[in-house]
Amino acid sequence: MLKIDHERCTKCKLCIRNCPFGALSMVDDLLQVNELCTLCGACINVCRFDALSIERKKASKEELAKFRDVFIWIELDEMGETIQPKKVALELLGKGRQLADALGEQLVAVVLCGEKCLDLNKLGQFGADKVILCQHPLLGQYSTDGFTHAMCAIISAKKPAVVLYGATPHGRDFAPRVAARLKLGLTADCTGLEIDAERQLVQTRPAFGGNIMASIITPYNRPQTATVRPNVFPVPQAGQDQAVKVEIFDLVLNRSAIRTRVVEKSVMADGNATRIEDARVIVSGGRGCQKAANLDILRSVAGQLGGVLGGSRAIVEQGWIPHTIQVGQSGTTVGPELYIAAGISGAIQHVVGMSSSKTIIAVNKDPEAPIFKIADLSVVGDAVEIMQKLHELLAAHSHI
Amino acid sequence: MKIVVCVKQVPEVTNVQVDPVTGTLIREGVQSILNPFCEYALDHAVRMAKQLENAHVVAISMGPPQAKDVLLRCLELGADEGILVTDRQFAGADTWATSYTLAQAIRLAVPDYDLILVGKQAIDGDTAQVGPEIAEILSLPQITYGIQIGLSPSGRQVRVTREVEQGYEVVEAAMPALVSFSKGEMVRRAPSFRDVLQAREKPLRMLSAAALNIPEEELGLKGSFTQVVKVFPPPEKKTGRLLQDLEAEEAAQAIFDYLIERRFIE
Repeated sequence: MLKIDHERCTKCKLCIRNCPFGALSMVDDLLQVNELCTLCGACINVCRFDALSIERKKASKEELAKFRDVFIWIELDEMGETIQPKKVALELLGKGRQLADALGEQLVAVVLCGEKCLDLNKLGQFGADKVILCQHPLLGQYSTDGFTHAMCAIISAKKPAVVLYGATPHGRDFAPRVAARLKLGLTADCTGLEIDAERQLVQTRPAFGGNIMASIITPYNRPQTATVRPNVFPVPQAGQDQAVKVEIFDLVLNRSAIRTRVVEKSVMADGNATRIEDARVIVSGGRGCQKAANLDILRSVAGQLGGVLGGSRAIVEQGWIPHTIQVGQSGTTVGPELYIAAGISGAIQHVVGMSSSKTIIAVNKDPEAPIFKIADLSVVGDAVEIMQKLHELLAAHSHI
Repeated sequence: MKIVVCVKQVPEVTNVQVDPVTGTLIREGVQSILNPFCEYALDHAVRMAKQLENAHVVAISMGPPQAKDVLLRCLELGADEGILVTDRQFAGADTWATSYTLAQAIRLAVPDYDLILVGKQAIDGDTAQVGPEIAEILSLPQITYGIQIGLSPSGRQVRVTREVEQGYEVVEAAMPALVSFSKGEMVRRAPSFRDVLQAREKPLRMLSAAALNIPEEELGLKGSFTQVVKVFPPPEKKTGRLLQDLEAEEAAQAIFDYLIERRFIE
């Protein structure tokens, strides 16, 4: 129930302009709310006078059961002219399918986009029963306020049981705002998700830099929301290409609701043709590579294996590589087929960002380096010399 | 200009382990530090304050009484005032209950703030949620993953350079606003003897649950939407082959053979 404090209300009408559902209006010179209100909280967020509030009670079991379906936010990547779902969105469709099946409910892909849209049938191929499409010119470029506004409107109108976001920079930017606005539990950066006997979502995540794992539930309200670490769950096999059910979600969104403005953008050349989170092979360097110039050897080996260069936080701080290709806790989480760690000791913050790689080869001078605990093949020796020789072997091999 | 910096005391996480019997954290012998990302935020605040007239930096932390230590460190590093929000009723707070408590403390203790600066995440929980949740509760615009901060030419907007997936972008927002930082200056500043002495003279006060005027059911574990049901050590990965005492050429050959064996090269 939306509560209006008429003594505090200055009748500025900002809330009326920002309501996605047209539920607010002035009646007899007083602000009134009608039955279109879904309690999405957009009005509370823009009110500068604390005149609006929502009372939320912890729900009963019967109330909780009214929330149904598993919603996945489909983050999009613009690749030149085309728009594609991010890999993590497909991973979430795979995991979401299992959760929806366990609940006996539907899997719904939520797409927020501008005028340009992706091929929605693709989402059906990867397991979605339905797509909710929310198109608005102001959603063409990501903004915290725009995406929070749209997601809150969709969740409050559709009442899902579970909402999952990729734990990407954007996902981690707006998911907490949605949770705070709707007063929902949110578990960050999950690496495990399952449904328990009481139909609750059990969310497992690493904490304390990956030294411990914690399982978390959201017992009192719905939806249960979580951000999920990329490259942990596999991308499901694509099914048949057939038309997926699409529901159009109309949204009212004003430019004034978006309070940040991007004044400058600079794309950094990291020398990689493929993004590090999508790469099949990654050759990563650490402090043991000694100097920036030696990374050229690693880059060549990566190229020979059809992969890309990455690196540890230590060499980003040295300025040897840009942050866009940093692997680890404060960089990107990766899970390639092959990960070669050259001169990386394997601090826990690095390991949690690459330990789901299928095959790991580590080269390090120190036989006690923690990276060896998780490597499939561990080689004690000088990373630069060995990578140089490996580069020569691969070059000779390709000439046969 | 009033700048609030939210800071957290965290354990040096590299050494934290789980007691295999009780399933609880072994905290003995683990040192507590100022979360590095919070230190970046504080550093940005102090640098910014130095360039402005009449700037005032308030460091605020929610935690047990010993979290006073990190506030003292903030005062040594240049904050003008410290506030510790502490009460046994806050125990067990999840990110929502934490954000709600901190937001309320800021609203009451520093109502005339222009900026709230935070670290992008704490190295113990790694959630990166408290900053955006405080921004939402206080209805502020937010800019996350900042690395540089200043004012727009008009002086009315905050201007932040932030890391994005493919590079950098510069974003502006009207103040008051919340900014989270993923980086600061590379070199940690060590406080001088004079800084340490001066810090003891600066105001450092405590706020309890009663002072915040929050109903009991909104605090700590009771006010949390999420609940931890189990804590356990991460699964150990089986160790693979270890090769030692090889010449560089032999080692490279061994890797090459392994790549063939695993079909990474044909």
